[in-house]
Amino acid sequence: MTKKVTKAGSISRRRLLTTASAGAVLAVSPFRINLLQAEEAPIKIGFPVPLTGPYGAEAQDQVRAGQLAVAQFNDAGGLNGRKAELVVRDDKLNPGEAATRTLELVEKEKVNFVVGSLSAAVQLAINNVTKERGVIFNSISQSDAINEAADFSKYTFHEALNPHMTSGAVGRYAFTKFGKKVAFLTADYAYGHEMVRGFLEVGKEFNIENLGDIRHPLGTTDFSTLLPRLQALKPDILCISNFGRDQQIALKQATDFGIKKSIQIIAPLLSHASRVAAGPQAFEGVVGGCSFYWGIEDKFASTKAFNEAFRQMYDGKLPTDYGALGYGGVRAVLEAVKGAGSVETDKVVAALEALKYDYYKGPQYYRKCDHQSVQSVLVIKSKSKDMKNESDVFEVLSTEEPNEKYLRSCEALGHKS
Amino acid sequence: MAGLSFDLIALQLFAGLALGAIYVLFAIGLSLIFGMLTVVNFAHGAFYMVGAYVGLYLISIGGNFWICLVAVPIVIGLSGLAVERVVIRPLYGRGIDYPLLLTFGLSYVMVECVRIAFGKTGYPFDTPEVLQGAVDIGVGYFPLYRLFVIGATAVVLLALWLFLEKTSYGLIIRAGARDPQIVRVLGVDVSRVWLIVFGIGTAIAGFAGLLAAPLQGVIPEMGGTILAEAFVVTVVGGMGSIGGAVLAGLLVGVVVSMTSLFAPEMAKVSIFALMAIVLIVRPHGFFGRAGLMS
Repeated sequence: MTKKVTKAGSISRRRLLTTASAGAVLAVSPFRINLLQAEEAPIKIGFPVPLTGPYGAEAQDQVRAGQLAVAQFNDAGGLNGRKAELVVRDDKLNPGEAATRTLELVEKEKVNFVVGSLSAAVQLAINNVTKERGVIFNSISQSDAINEAADFSKYTFHEALNPHMTSGAVGRYAFTKFGKKVAFLTADYAYGHEMVRGFLEVGKEFNIENLGDIRHPLGTTDFSTLLPRLQALKPDILCISNFGRDQQIALKQATDFGIKKSIQIIAPLLSHASRVAAGPQAFEGVVGGCSFYWGIEDKFASTKAFNEAFRQMYDGKLPTDYGALGYGGVRAVLEAVKGAGSVETDKVVAALEALKYDYYKGPQYYRKCDHQSVQSVLVIKSKSKDMKNESDVFEVLSTEEPNEKYLRSCEALGHKS
Repeated sequence: MAGLSFDLIALQLFAGLALGAIYVLFAIGLSLIFGMLTVVNFAHGAFYMVGAYVGLYLISIGGNFWICLVAVPIVIGLSGLAVERVVIRPLYGRGIDYPLLLTFGLSYVMVECVRIAFGKTGYPFDTPEVLQGAVDIGVGYFPLYRLFVIGATAVVLLALWLFLEKTSYGLIIRAGARDPQIVRVLGVDVSRVWLIVFGIGTAIAGFAGLLAAPLQGVIPEMGGTILAEAFVVTVVGGMGSIGGAVLAGLLVGVVVSMTSLFAPEMAKVSIFALMAIVLIVRPHGFFGRAGLMS
């Protein structure tokens, strides 16, 4: 009997102690969090990208290189000791999901900036949110619409190439070399439509003949029912404007159908990650554009430095085109923060507009009227022989130097002057 | 666009049949399991995907495609046996939604495990060398490998038909599907029959995944798209009817192909339009039995 009482007593004493200490921790913790926030709250960069889905391979590279830009900023002391942090979210390549995630990043995570996206359509959904909330968004994926007055805001920046520049560079190269009769196979959404429009526009200079445009939904896994028709059109050039896994499968199956025997395949954009994922056979001989290739390191010290830093962080791996965009997009914002000496939106906008930078691919700057990054476009060809390492997949055929004449004019985009 | 020749239409029809063969191969496993066990196997796409990955792994350790053609169905079939024995068997007699939810969850687990083991990014899967390139089939060039897939599908169908119709074990399986109680009374271990049927169904799924790998490469999500299409095939053909699955699979392939020719944007929708039309005219599909779902 007595034993039992003692036991009960000891339990209640222990319980009292636990409760008291838990209470003490609780009482202290909000204070501690406040203190931390006031002193060294990190500069947060929201990073919504489609980690799952058909563009997953490219999105993962964007994250890797984005992390590198953050690490370099932090190692260099941050903003007077204030560190940066990348807050990555999966937008699942879905505009609704992207808008929700971005809103969450802005409202809950209180991010200072948003960099990211990998889709011509999804980035507009992100831009809608950031525009309304007055948060800087630096898009690292192709889009023409984002430059146009209707979608643009002073918070909108575009580090990636746009379809007009890309298709222009590839078109100017291909239409003089391979012929004038062109057929199109196009992903049926903004990216594909904008690319085809770009090709047709530049094609006018070369009097190309448009034999037809076959459109396929995003995420198609079988092109066997579209290819016989394209083959029957007997074009000189088949222009395949799609991306990620769609591009991998389309090129693989076009190769199987023997299309390359008589037709030159071109693509506005040849993705490094897709080329690696699909293997050399599928991409062999295909000509396309890109914003970055690690092989230009002989030409630019910035490329060499970026490659080295990336190698060091990721066990000797070399960066890809979309990875480089993640790096450039994040680094531009962080350098502007340093330049402005603050994370205040208006000051950083002004600093970004004033940037003349060369972080990874030679000189670049953001055009004043639409915040499009004026930069070079590489025309490349996929190789299947003489590869020095697993990243040695392309040969650079020509480079279109940065020049505003390759962009649509500010007036054409609906901007004042 | 001009240039609709007879050759093009014939080639397009053929491309549709070839595409249909892939649907058939995937859907018969699904249909077999549903017809015999009334289990709607949502993990079928995951077994298909794992089949492709097992092939990828075997080739990376020095195997070749021909070894995979035998080894992959065995490996996936065995894992199917394990799944049936451990997680599906306890759910028999509990209503159709129990195994449905279970396999749905299982497919997520399998996809996630593959993502952990092989990464989220896809891998290339080369077409075996002797099957590379395109051959002239009279109306135009067609990839040799796709012809091989048609042949392989025919062989699997023939073997399945012979097994079910001509062997005594096939007789027991068919009887078990009709009336498990009577079969049990006759002294047959019905649970063993079901175990084997599930194993065969998943083995065919793995085989289909391996065959699909050289067409589109290998990625953890590859089972998702085809699962949706295969459900259309099984519903159009009639839930549980293998003959129906064959007919519906080929029909879906041809419908997709012909829509691609005239209105490529509509190709994906055409599958579901076909399903809607068939279900209005024949609510149980071509050869479906009434009451199987209840």
